[in-house]
Amino acid sequence: MLKLDGISAGYGPVAVLNALTFEARAGEITCVMGRNGAGKSTLMKCIMGLVPARTGSVTLDGTALHSLPAHRVPLHGVAYVPQGRRLFGPLTVAENLEVGLMTRGMGDETRERVLILFPRLRERLSQTASTLSGGEQQMLAIGRALCLEPKVLLLDEPTEGLQPSMIALIRDVVLQLRETGVATILVEQRPDAVLRMADRVAFMAGGTVAETVARADLTPTAPQFQKYVGV
Amino acid sequence: MGFGPFLLLALMESAVTAATLALTAVGLSLVFGVMRVVNVAHGEFFMLGAVSAWFITTWVGGPAWFSFLVALAVAPLFVAALAALADRIVLKRLDYEPEATIVATIGLMYIFQQAALSFYGPQAMPVEPPFNFRIQLPWFGYSAYKLSVIAFATLVLIGVWLFLTRTRAGLVMRATQVDRETAQAFGIDVDRVYAGVFALGAGLAAIAAVLIVPIQQAHYLMGHDPLLLAFITVIVGGLGSLRGTIVAAIFIGLSDGLIAFFWSPTLAKIIATLLVALVLVFRPQGLFGARQQ
Repeated sequence: MLKLDGISAGYGPVAVLNALTFEARAGEITCVMGRNGAGKSTLMKCIMGLVPARTGSVTLDGTALHSLPAHRVPLHGVAYVPQGRRLFGPLTVAENLEVGLMTRGMGDETRERVLILFPRLRERLSQTASTLSGGEQQMLAIGRALCLEPKVLLLDEPTEGLQPSMIALIRDVVLQLRETGVATILVEQRPDAVLRMADRVAFMAGGTVAETVARADLTPTAPQFQKYVGV
Repeated sequence: MGFGPFLLLALMESAVTAATLALTAVGLSLVFGVMRVVNVAHGEFFMLGAVSAWFITTWVGGPAWFSFLVALAVAPLFVAALAALADRIVLKRLDYEPEATIVATIGLMYIFQQAALSFYGPQAMPVEPPFNFRIQLPWFGYSAYKLSVIAFATLVLIGVWLFLTRTRAGLVMRATQVDRETAQAFGIDVDRVYAGVFALGAGLAAIAAVLIVPIQQAHYLMGHDPLLLAFITVIVGGLGSLRGTIVAAIFIGLSDGLIAFFWSPTLAKIIATLLVALVLVFRPQGLFGARQQ
């Protein structure tokens, strides 16, 4: 489905991704793990076209995403929940969702599906996003992305700094999306969360995917966690 | 005439200044708010609006109301198109880098000014108002055209507010203003938004100029004062805050007009500049601007 082949990318003279090869499949959750600076967030931005690939290719069902301007990538069904949520803070919850709906011309039906998934957002529609609690902001960030009816969903540390009940809610939503055939790429640092959700885990080091392991082959004490994440 | 009617007359004159200043300053504020570009050429878009209004009314001829309406419709569109072109061939190439765009807009300022001098000349030219009658108040008669300037500017400002808050294009602009990168991740073509905002900002300055040119005459150096007052207004109101810009425009427009009316225009500019200095020292984000995190 989504394939990255030989991708190199970075910021100015700094190379972050080096000849990276990666794959995400429909109906699977692929977790990405690695130490700080391994290039996890840059990988997400590179898929979105926000950090241009210097070499290699990003293809989605045969469409070359790497040659598109960044604003055209989401039109192909790739949705992004950035690290730190990056909501449109002064805009209301309804307006944030509207921006998501506008991206691929989705309508009330999609909006309703998102509000059923996150009923709390329905109560906050006219509230500005910056005044929501951390958990509500994360719901909105994911809800805004789901307004694209994505084929591929990129989640960059969505449970960072959240309380356990909220983490469980977000986990349930991600697992539901897997059942609908969405290819999910999830950057996550906690092995317990990864073991509960992932179908495959890509361990990153030095700007490339050093090892990809099926969930079935991982245990809580697997050496990869110590080697690539340091936990 | 007693002091009361004299003050009323001064207030009415100042309200005309405030109305056109609000239009000009909202254009400048929009450009800074969405694009983070300090547009030093904004005053020249104002000047081009006035100068093109003179060209259009002269070329169209016929009744004054008709040629003026054509100028009011066409001059802002022409200036907006010119601004969109300047955005594409100058600002976009600089990737909207803040320091570089300041230098670039200074360059644009001189290019537009010298182009106006070459094609229009150094003289000040009048544009006939669309109608020419006075409303007789108990104490004095007052130009109906000047009152219509206040009314029309108010309508345009309401239109801009409705556009920004009630339309999809306005939502796209506000989202881009908050976070350019995330906006792109949601399918927003930021380059197109920037070109549109730059054109809208210039178009608003041009509307203000077309409205004022039957009162002030068109001249190739007439952009300086509106630029200075517009900068003072957006700094006092809060950079990027439309509400703050409009409140500050009313306050500065009225105070500038009143001081100029009772004392001198120079004193009015000195006081306005002093006000900016005080705001920058005690509330650098402006009266309505959000403090940078």
